[in-house]
Amino acid sequence: MTASLYEKLGAAAAVDAAVDIFYRKVLSDDRINAFFEGVDMDKQAAKQKAFLTFAFGGPHNYTGKDMRTAHAHLVQQGLNDTHFNAVAGHLKTTLEELNVPGDLIAQVLGIAESTRNDVLGR
Amino acid sequence: MPYIRFEGKSHECRDDESVLDCLIRHGITITSSCRSGVCQTCLMRATEGQVPEAAQQGLKETLRARNYFLACVCKPKGDLGVACPDAMASTRTQVTVLAKEILDGNIVRLRLGCPIPLDYRPGQFLHLHRVDGLVRSYSIASLPQSEEAIELHVRHLPGGRMSGWINDTLRPGDTVEVSQPAGQCFYLPGQPEQGLLLIGTGSGLAPLWGITRDALAQGHSGSIHLYHGSHGPDGLYLVQELRALAQRHPNFRYTPCVSGPNVPEGYAAGRAEDIAFSQLPKLAGWRVFLCGHPGMVAKARKKAFLSGASMKDIYADPFVIAPDTNQSAA
Repeated sequence: MTASLYEKLGAAAAVDAAVDIFYRKVLSDDRINAFFEGVDMDKQAAKQKAFLTFAFGGPHNYTGKDMRTAHAHLVQQGLNDTHFNAVAGHLKTTLEELNVPGDLIAQVLGIAESTRNDVLGR
Repeated sequence: MPYIRFEGKSHECRDDESVLDCLIRHGITITSSCRSGVCQTCLMRATEGQVPEAAQQGLKETLRARNYFLACVCKPKGDLGVACPDAMASTRTQVTVLAKEILDGNIVRLRLGCPIPLDYRPGQFLHLHRVDGLVRSYSIASLPQSEEAIELHVRHLPGGRMSGWINDTLRPGDTVEVSQPAGQCFYLPGQPEQGLLLIGTGSGLAPLWGITRDALAQGHSGSIHLYHGSHGPDGLYLVQELRALAQRHPNFRYTPCVSGPNVPEGYAAGRAEDIAFSQLPKLAGWRVFLCGHPGMVAKARKKAFLSGASMKDIYADPFVIAPDTNQSAA
């Protein structure tokens, strides 16, 4: 049996290692951090972990509908492709910093990309 | 097959079934979301039995130490007693006021005697119940291993119903009721060389006074930096005690901070969190404790994280003032 993407990345430990780096990049980025103003950081970090677990090909309960509902108020505030690209960019550099091989990074970004239309409410 | 005990009833857990699925199958409502051990919505606490390690993956150390686990990924090997995280707070214990002392900064220091020792860690909080049903939360400043009384610091707020009553009416010998202590803002041994940063405003010093002394008592060898802030120097308290503590422990540093215009010698000028982050700009690997004004806590939590502290190492306890407190009376 071949290892899944999630196993190759290092499963839950990989998510744990990535979440702080990724969330710190997102919060430090003035192009997108206004969308996180006033949110509970612990709850937000848990959501980031759920997203990373999903993007890493791990166990998830992802539904496009949830993703739409969760981001609907942000779309009203102007969330668009630029912001989505910025977050995807932080995901990429996070994985690069963790020395994840390029072919696995491409797979993760592919999964993240699959949420674009749901996140942006299209 | 293992049994899950919940609210006095036992439920048989099937092979390879999670605690969450077992409880739901028996008609019990437990809030959950991702069902994959990630979102932490279905957080529960084990009251008896062994929690499998996988069910605690990703939880804060202070939650693990108190047997919290995620019900959706908990497949028990043996019998388990479980409770909802806030269920413990509803159990009340009668305590007696042993001593009441007025400190600086409009702080009343209460020492409470408990017939059966309460299970708590310094920095956790409890609910104090007055006989007419009025309830307020206070953090615990005492050390269970060396101090018999439970120490609380109550800031006497203008128009505060509970704090006014405690300040004016409550006497040694009176009894009140307290809940089981709760909360995850406390010190855990392990990694004694880690730096500790503690920032508090007002009576947010209560948990930090407990956590600092607990860390020192447990042999913490890394730097411990405590910043206590107030608008004026008269809003700070235990200043002499903390200076003395710093003299006895070279790894402990105490900085009283005054944000208003009159800053006496020996005090730092500015807000506690601003001074702390300017002196300690790099916090990777540090453990951070934040207690007091909710605005300060929210701002400092973000700043600590952006300065390199891991989310798992940031413990925060915002003090929310009850809305019926008449603050305009100031």
